[in-house]
Amino acid sequence: MRLLVSNLTHRYEDLTVLEGIDLDLAEGEILAVIGPSGCGKSTLLGIAGGIVAPTAGRVTMEGPVPDGCLNPITFIFQDFALLPWRSVEDNVALVLEHHPLPETERRQRVETGLRRMGLWEFRRALPKQLSGGMRQRVGIARALAVRPAVLLLDEPLSALDAQTRELLMDDFLDLWRRERTTALYVTHNLDEALRLADRIAVLSRRPGRIREIVTVEEPRERRQEPSAQAHLAEVRDRLWHLMKAEAQMADREIARA
Amino acid sequence: MPDSLPLAAPASPASAPQPVRFRGGGFTVRRHPLAALAAFAILVGVWEGASRLGLASPLFLPPPSAVGAALAGMVADGSLWLNLKASLMRIGVGWTLGTLGGMLVGFAMGIGSLARAVGVPLVSAFFPIPKIALLPLFILWFGIGEPSKFATIGFGVFFPTVIATYSAIDAVPRNLIRMAQSFGLPWRSILRSIVLPGALPGILAGFRITASIALILVVAAEMIGAEYGIGAFVLMAGNLMQTDTLLAGVLVLSLMGLTIGTVLSVLERRLLKWR
Repeated sequence: MRLLVSNLTHRYEDLTVLEGIDLDLAEGEILAVIGPSGCGKSTLLGIAGGIVAPTAGRVTMEGPVPDGCLNPITFIFQDFALLPWRSVEDNVALVLEHHPLPETERRQRVETGLRRMGLWEFRRALPKQLSGGMRQRVGIARALAVRPAVLLLDEPLSALDAQTRELLMDDFLDLWRRERTTALYVTHNLDEALRLADRIAVLSRRPGRIREIVTVEEPRERRQEPSAQAHLAEVRDRLWHLMKAEAQMADREIARA
Repeated sequence: MPDSLPLAAPASPASAPQPVRFRGGGFTVRRHPLAALAAFAILVGVWEGASRLGLASPLFLPPPSAVGAALAGMVADGSLWLNLKASLMRIGVGWTLGTLGGMLVGFAMGIGSLARAVGVPLVSAFFPIPKIALLPLFILWFGIGEPSKFATIGFGVFFPTVIATYSAIDAVPRNLIRMAQSFGLPWRSILRSIVLPGALPGILAGFRITASIALILVVAAEMIGAEYGIGAFVLMAGNLMQTDTLLAGVLVLSLMGLTIGTVLSVLERRLLKWR
């Protein structure tokens, strides 16, 4: 499914957070959005997912909804957003409860999601009994249960240690290869963006505007290989060059505030 | 003797190993399971000893043994159950009415902007009133019987419950509500699956406070106008200078408070085991 963001502007009272954002995500594409702190990355995601009302502009979807899709645009959250009083399987089942599904299908969706994320044995555990990486896997299993057409990922790995981030990126790519879900991936980590994304949109400091969209030419499956590193380093330098001045100015603005 | 004293200890040679001094002690809570029991036993022992040695007048401060005997007498003649039953019934009805009403209003204020805009100033105005001051008014409205006591306890419980409930709803993490909205959960499911369980810790903490308030108010109400009840019993014992019986009544009140606290702790452990 294609996702189109057109001329999006957002203000909180007098503060303009986003201005004139245009994005076009092709079906099956992963577009990463990077930018300095406070540039409106998460707001952009909130608007794209319909949980923040934009001041101006619009977000549209195009294309057929995949079979069995219950929630075309689905979030994966930075803080996992798991209900601490529910078990792992009940957290996944939560998002199916209001859909008129046969009980067997409901169970099957929960089981499939949890098995794919390697969490089936932990289905009766409470979130507090899981590591950060496992909690995020529950968040991904929950998203898989509704068979989304577009995934919106809000810094999904930023609360995790480096080793867990690597493992989860592998998991995410495995899933993407199977489902080819369109994804808008907000991160502040250049390496994550370079590993996962087809294109990387760089936002300016507040008000966030798109400074440039950089295409990562290297095929995703070869990005871990030594031969790809020179090209990736070049793209990384370019992204960092675009971001550095913005990040420094954003820091100064935060210090002044 | 040296000509002058050194100003400081001579520095150790740089190569000499020096143990790193431990500085991390204290500020940690350790369990002392028998300490409370021992302190209680010592207190009772000192009290009993002081009475037996004539250091405390048995008329004004009867020894624990006399209080125990008075309590045994209350059990034997049925007065304990008669008075306890009356107090428990008043607490039960008053607390339940106040809690249900308070939760209802607290929920409305927690989830509705208009209800909050109307409710917060009203709650702020009524909450500080000592509720026992309203008992004479309630007696005029409802008569000297049970309804005025229910109203006093219920009114006293109502406002703290409102505050506890809407504060607990405020404390429900908004990210969970956003998550539910992003998956398209309907409003009622969000209330049932997220807001209510998320607010439960705060609501149960409120129960603890309102249970104590109910206990205080029932005693006060019974002292003002009741034939039976632990408050009336304690007042009557005081009027007759039966201090051992009076303290036995106070002991019963303390045990009531402890029992209510224990029941709430069990409830919290069962309902909030996810914490």
